[in-house]
Amino acid sequence: MGFLPFTLPFAELEVGQHLYWQLGNLKIHGQVFISSWVVLGALLALVVVGTRKMERDPRGVQNLLEFLWDYIRDMAREQIGEKAYRDWLPFIGTLFLFIFVSNWGGALVPWKLIHLPSGELGAPTADINTTVALALLVSLAYFYAGLSRKGFRYFEYYVEPTPIMLPFKIVEDFTKPLSLSFRLFGNILADELVVAVLAFLVPLVVPLPAMFLGLFTSAIQALIFATLAAYYIGEAVHEEHH
Amino acid sequence: MDSITSAASVVAAGLAVGLGAIGPGIGQGTAAGGAVEGIARQPEAEGKIRGTLLLSLAFMEALTIYGLVVALVLLFANPFAG
Repeated sequence: MGFLPFTLPFAELEVGQHLYWQLGNLKIHGQVFISSWVVLGALLALVVVGTRKMERDPRGVQNLLEFLWDYIRDMAREQIGEKAYRDWLPFIGTLFLFIFVSNWGGALVPWKLIHLPSGELGAPTADINTTVALALLVSLAYFYAGLSRKGFRYFEYYVEPTPIMLPFKIVEDFTKPLSLSFRLFGNILADELVVAVLAFLVPLVVPLPAMFLGLFTSAIQALIFATLAAYYIGEAVHEEHH
Repeated sequence: MDSITSAASVVAAGLAVGLGAIGPGIGQGTAAGGAVEGIARQPEAEGKIRGTLLLSLAFMEALTIYGLVVALVLLFANPFAG
């Protein structure tokens, strides 16, 4: 996305300003990479610590991880169905954990203390490129799920129940990643902007309720993204019983 | 960016969020009302109703957020800024 940065005089918000890294012919947004590496590192550390000494009676981090696993498994089983959910549990779980930790990391870690030459650190999911990449992964995943389970019979789904549905189903394949990515991107960016604007107007105390609301909505957005991904995959692998 | 373009962009950004908030506002009200009715009829189903309500509220909220994305593009990444 070619964001042309121009600053508004009445709010010093660094939207559309990035720390550009040159990688071959590509210009990449460095601040997104830094914060996603931090998120990935935090998740890896959590999982390694939690599974290093496993006990029969889970305590501490292991307990947390088992709770998360149960939670994600129930969600995936509910959306994808008993037969296929096991194959897709890692994918759904990774999506959920990455988005959740990104959203909360963007809000809870004091990124402002680290000064970058341009742009600012924040939630990786507040950048449209991250969310589009995640949404396209979901698209690939459900096509792969449908094709690998049903072969070319997967395309029967497009003409069911009547062939009149064909154009709508084709359009749906494009609107699914569009709405997935815009929903996540817009919500997270909106949370950050609301907090930034309030902090700009009244620096103390007043932004706190907005921050808590932001934590709540970003947790729900992570859940929604994962639930929808599971639902799309479930739709693709679902067998019609005639 | 000339002043008429920026004025039009700012007005359009306001309209995008404002108009985009009407429909989801009505929808969220209807959904919340239905949920309250459901809980009043069947208090033991509160947990399930709450979960479904939150999920559907977030879906409706996404519609306003689309308007917000358009507004943000107009304000911070205006394609007509020239």
